[in-house]
Amino acid sequence: MLKKTAVHKSCIIEQHRIVVDGKLMWASEPHVPFSDFAKEAFHHLDIDYPKFHKMDALSKLAFLAAEYILQDEDKDALALVLANRSGSLDTDVKHQESIQDTENYYPRPATFVYTLANICTGEIAIRHGLQTENAFFVAEEFPEETIFAYADYLLQSNKAKRVLCGWVEYFQEDYRALLYIF
Amino acid sequence: MTALKEELKRQIIEVLHLEDITPADIQDEEALFGEGLGLDSIDALELIVLMDKTYGIKLADPKKGRDIFQSIDTMVAYISEHRTK
Repeated sequence: MLKKTAVHKSCIIEQHRIVVDGKLMWASEPHVPFSDFAKEAFHHLDIDYPKFHKMDALSKLAFLAAEYILQDEDKDALALVLANRSGSLDTDVKHQESIQDTENYYPRPATFVYTLANICTGEIAIRHGLQTENAFFVAEEFPEETIFAYADYLLQSNKAKRVLCGWVEYFQEDYRALLYIF
Repeated sequence: MTALKEELKRQIIEVLHLEDITPADIQDEEALFGEGLGLDSIDALELIVLMDKTYGIKLADPKKGRDIFQSIDTMVAYISEHRTK
């Protein structure tokens, strides 16, 4: 099975900081809402991708982590294997609130489309043109053995040349992304 | 009519999260979908919700939406004629 020593590159986003291979890439003022942090981090990338602003928080987090870690990387046959604890619960709650009141029943299509955890893998795939294997696991803690074993399987079976994998967790302002490239 | 156009543009920008776009950037006759603002199918559904929630207009036939959502001009004309709020 793959070991952490086989990690080619890593990216961590937590506490308003984005770190790639131990190097601080971006940090915002502490205590700003995640939406502001994400917007600033996105503008720091200086890319033209209006769809970013329509994503839910989980997808913004995954998108940013992927964007920072994939800079100058070969994306040919790159597979995606992600996991988190809360699934899409943050957006599920928002959707539920929009249909709670039968007298004011206006479900938002743009919210509803993000009520699946693996939508964030789709956003990464669309952005980087990946037509490869992808998987999303929901687990209480980072399922390192499962993720690394699955990545190993994809590489050994030639289903992928490289694998972008890791943890992308967001629920009500509490967030952490930890991505690796094998 | 001008006030309604301004109001509608502001609502569209807010509802569709059109970052860095102001009402002045949206031309009245400009195509909202395709080459214009580049809106997509989910945006179209959001516009249907906006019409219902804000103006009390229920669009049951999606084919009608294609004509109504052509531009700000066509939306305002439809809203002016059919609004219940």
